[in-house]
Amino acid sequence: MIRIEGLCKSFNSLKVLDGLSLEIKEGETKVIIGRSGCGKSVLLKHIVGIIKPDKGSIFIEDKDITKIKESQLKSVRMKMAMVFQGGALFDSLTVAENVGFVLREHYHFSDKEILEAVKEALSMVELDGVEEFMPVQLSGGMKKRVAIARAICMRPKIILYDEPTTGVDPITADSINTLIRNLHDRLKVTSIVVTHDMKSAYRIADRIAMLYKGRIIAEGTPEEIQNTSDAIVYQFINGLSWGPIKKEDL
Amino acid sequence: MKSCLYFLNKLGNRFLALLYFIGGLADLTLHTIFFTFYPPFKKRAILEQAERIGYKSLPIVSLLALFIGVILALQTAVLMQRLGSEMYIASIVALSVVRELGPVITALIVAGRAGAAMTAEIGSMIITEQVDALRTLAVNPLQYLVVPRFLASMLMLPILTIYANVIGIVGGYLICVYKLYISSNMYISITLEALKFKDIFTGLVKSLFFGMIIALVSCFYAFKTEGGAEGVGRATRSSVVVSFVLILSADCLFTSIFYFIFP
Ligand SMILES: Nc1ncnc2c1ncn2[C@@H]1O[C@H](COP(=O)(O)OP(=O)(O)OP(=O)(O)O)[C@@H](O)[C@H]1O
Ligand SMILES: [Mg+2]
Repeated sequence: MIRIEGLCKSFNSLKVLDGLSLEIKEGETKVIIGRSGCGKSVLLKHIVGIIKPDKGSIFIEDKDITKIKESQLKSVRMKMAMVFQGGALFDSLTVAENVGFVLREHYHFSDKEILEAVKEALSMVELDGVEEFMPVQLSGGMKKRVAIARAICMRPKIILYDEPTTGVDPITADSINTLIRNLHDRLKVTSIVVTHDMKSAYRIADRIAMLYKGRIIAEGTPEEIQNTSDAIVYQFINGLSWGPIKKEDL
Repeated sequence: MKSCLYFLNKLGNRFLALLYFIGGLADLTLHTIFFTFYPPFKKRAILEQAERIGYKSLPIVSLLALFIGVILALQTAVLMQRLGSEMYIASIVALSVVRELGPVITALIVAGRAGAAMTAEIGSMIITEQVDALRTLAVNPLQYLVVPRFLASMLMLPILTIYANVIGIVGGYLICVYKLYISSNMYISITLEALKFKDIFTGLVKSLFFGMIIALVSCFYAFKTEGGAEGVGRATRSSVVVSFVLILSADCLFTSIFYFIFP
């Protein structure tokens, strides 16, 4: 479904991705873990094609999206939805307009049909009665859930989540995890979830990959990762301050 | 020697930056014009922008245009009274306002008001990843954000300019009729006699281009925003300064063209 080969990206002199390769199978939920600032968000932005790599390829259903023009990306993007770390809701639009954005921009639905779809998407993320709110009126956790609703509304085959549970309370975090799991089970969505919350990772992942120093250093099922013999992975998943990863390493 | 090299280096960088600016702006202009004719057409968004750029600018345009008319009348009155030909005040006010001050003052007001707001708005959308989100939702930010502003600005500037022209002339009228005791009928007939179609037309052509400059420069700097709130501030400042410079240089160019080539 998605195959990433030898991806390199530097910002000025800072090398963020350094020959990263990764494969995500159809219908799989892949969790990518890694320290803050190691380039997880940058990786997701490469996959949706809003950052161009310095080197390397990204195949989505066998189409190399790094080689095609922005205008041809549209059909690929219609299959993918991204939930941004900060939500990235359009702050001049209401919640309902945000969630139904794609339906209004790309299809010819009536206002009533759009409202139905919006209500349905919002109830999936357990938000009711916020349709007419503006994004500034929402709490951080609500913004995240609205962003997920906006992604669901696209009926995508692939959903990329950038830290969906960071900064929300444990109960909401759990319901978001359940939601991701459900979308995977019911709609057979392929998901990539970036997180450093190990509890969520174990709950939702089919497979977990760890990003370290610009590469994937370990990849496997949650059990395999939990029983790792790799000192770096061990240190990360157990959240230890001593070990091979130093404060300054990313 | 060393300082000389340093100087050349600096100069070279400045020159390159200028080339990048021209290239970037030209690129944005061509793309915007292309997407202007590319469906879907966003009538609602255009109207919304037209309201912000045009309608909401009316109070400040009225005030400043009135001042300009009053000032012009008073200043020319000083000279004309010395020459004993107060009759000409009306035609000088009418011509200066319609040919020059109406279009330019309107453009400067809109650049400072609506242009700055455009840069700040799109710039903060950039830093909060809303523009990235647009792209992931398969919407072209140029088509969604720039085209409505471009069209609205191009449409509203000439309309605002006509309005400013009228108010400016009214300013002159008030001074001449109530302070200098020129008869109302006289003032109006001299004004109408002085204004040729060409004067009005050239002013409006200018304002059309000013509208394009404002929208394109504001959006150009908006899309270059980086960093946080400070970056938005920086982008907004550049967009206003550069809009002002380009508006006045374009004005200079147009005025010379109309003077030397199509007199
Ligand atoms: N547009 C950019 N320009 C310059 N540097 C960038 C840019 N985007 C990201 N970076 C740098 O790339 C590195 C990785 O950033 P990224 O946002 O991917 O981290 P992350 O893994 O998502 O961290 P977190 O878990 O805190 O979200 C950071 O050091 C950041 O400074
Ligand atoms: Mg991140």
